Amino acid sequence: MRTVYLDNNATTMVSREVLDEMLPFFHDRYGNPSSMHSFGGQVARELSQARARVASLLGVDPEEIIFTSCGTESDNTAIMSTLLVNPGKTHIVTSRVEHPAIKVLCEHLAQKGYRVTMVGVDSDGRLDMDEYEASLTPDTAIASIMWANNETGVVFPVEEAARLARERGIVFHTDAVQAVGKIPIDMKDNAIDMLSLSGHKLHAPKGVGVLYVRKGTKFSPFLIGGHQEKGRRGGTENVPGIIGLGKACELAGANMEKENTYVRNLRDLLESGLLTAIAQSRVNGVQDERLPNTTNISFEFVEGESILLLMDQFGICASSGSACTSGSLQPSHVLRAMGVPYTMAHGSIRFSLSVYNTEEDIDLVIKELPPIIEKLRVLSPYWATQQGACTTV
Amino acid sequence: MWEYTDKVREHFLNPRNAGEVENPDGVAEVGSIACGDALKLSFKLDENKRIADAKFKTFGCASAIASASALTEILKGKTIEEAMKITNQDIADYLGGLPQEKMHCSVLGQEALEKAIENYRGISHKRPEEEIVCACFGVTDGEIERAIRQNHLTSVEEVTYYTKAGGGCENCHDKIQAILDRVLAAKRSEKEPEGRPRLSNIQKIRMIEETIEREIRPSLQHDGGDIDLIDVIGNRVLVATRGACATCQASQITLKSFVEWKLKEFVSPDLVVEEVAK
Repeated sequence: MRTVYLDNNATTMVSREVLDEMLPFFHDRYGNPSSMHSFGGQVARELSQARARVASLLGVDPEEIIFTSCGTESDNTAIMSTLLVNPGKTHIVTSRVEHPAIKVLCEHLAQKGYRVTMVGVDSDGRLDMDEYEASLTPDTAIASIMWANNETGVVFPVEEAARLARERGIVFHTDAVQAVGKIPIDMKDNAIDMLSLSGHKLHAPKGVGVLYVRKGTKFSPFLIGGHQEKGRRGGTENVPGIIGLGKACELAGANMEKENTYVRNLRDLLESGLLTAIAQSRVNGVQDERLPNTTNISFEFVEGESILLLMDQFGICASSGSACTSGSLQPSHVLRAMGVPYTMAHGSIRFSLSVYNTEEDIDLVIKELPPIIEKLRVLSPYWATQQGACTTV
Repeated sequence: MWEYTDKVREHFLNPRNAGEVENPDGVAEVGSIACGDALKLSFKLDENKRIADAKFKTFGCASAIASASALTEILKGKTIEEAMKITNQDIADYLGGLPQEKMHCSVLGQEALEKAIENYRGISHKRPEEEIVCACFGVTDGEIERAIRQNHLTSVEEVTYYTKAGGGCENCHDKIQAILDRVLAAKRSEKEPEGRPRLSNIQKIRMIEETIEREIRPSLQHDGGDIDLIDVIGNRVLVATRGACATCQASQITLKSFVEWKLKEFVSPDLVVEEVAK
């Protein structure tokens, strides 16, 4: 059975070109870039090239790139570093819809005595900018707002948010894990101080991430040890991963237009196809300001895990914001923050595409999913009576 | 991905007895769409007062659908008296087991069955003496106590897995812990002789202090941290972290995987460590 992979916001396939560039660094060119001999020194040169490629995708200086092990490490480092270098400030501003790498850390810090403001979103998933601005205080150490939401794909006005923070002398960080490689990012003319990205979301391998730290930003390392990354992140570099991420960033730059035309078109085909074929379904998240690859669709009166497992029978991979798949008993915190009714939230499915998807993939989903929803609705005690139906559709 | 048994998958993909029995003798609906799963069960008796037909409708995940399907299969041919003896564990066993986090699906089946039998007997299924403990999922103290007794639960987390209680805003965790403490104490006094000797409170606190001093504090101090014992309430050990631990992101992991583990090993397997700000 063919795998139809529509879960690229969870992780992506390592591109063939990326893998090819990585492979020599496992068995043949395994030297330590910190070594004095040329066997290691040549690897250091390759690392520099990878760093330059990443910097180029973001429009930054290579020296502003710190390689980490993942997006979560980058996010944690940004917040913890800023708190450490601003010991007098005890307030953090973030949003209600952040990835757990920020959200759970902030909840943890709240228990430790920090004050945390989580700014809300509207029913379309857009950040409440008035609430955001009002929450910035002289005691605020850092504002951390994601560039694009992983569940809905809604893109936030982070450059505007960063400007408002800078005016008040507040450090601004963005978790751009879902945005990098999907929408153009140019850090030259904005006020964002720190940015996190993760390799495995843009066709590089798992286990490598980046924290961008703008020159002049006070910084305190999270992993303390060797002099790697100019003392900003100890630990021997994940050389193959970094080489892979460099190549992946180069490819992402080259594919940016395709992402925003070809992928967007496939996503729109999928979205309109499903909404037409399946009654009482709706998209979660604003139509325009959304990543080109993501659609989050709710199917009323059915439950997401059941949908996923039935799609699995056809090799279709996606995600759900239902309680049963989140590992907790509540549906996704993002959908709850948007006020999506429970009849809809439990039946939400996120499809996230990549440049490697084809129209055939989309056709298969549009063919196979409607009977799946129908089968589950016949089983559902609510479908016949439409009890608690969502009237806003 | 959940580790479902083949039988769960098979009943999910090909549910038996989906639908509603016409002119049922007993019918009940439990759960709600807000909770994420709901089950409507109906059955009909034959002339010998045995269950001739049972059907279900379910809103929920794969294990909820499989549990309901299994329940209807188990029910067929049973008398009401036999049906009343069916427990959630019977449903889980029929399916070759359920992931622990999904046991509430089998409990939902048992609840639907109880209420459908009450409906058949014309008894109001309201239990006015029971108090709602978990407001998020509408779970009563009686339901929590029954789940603890039937399934030998020992922690709030397990209660959540089986009943969903405490899985939402978590404000009721103290109340659930109090029910656990009461039921477990009652269970211990019901069958005292077996198992390890019971500790008096003073013995327990003394052993906890000794274990912290001998096994725990030296390791934490080595990393620039420290820990203080604040109180012991039942099996809840309340501690405060000091020094590097207080600002360390990994301290929650340390508390659970190191401090609690040591206390379980050296004092009592029932202990749960909680951090308090002091």
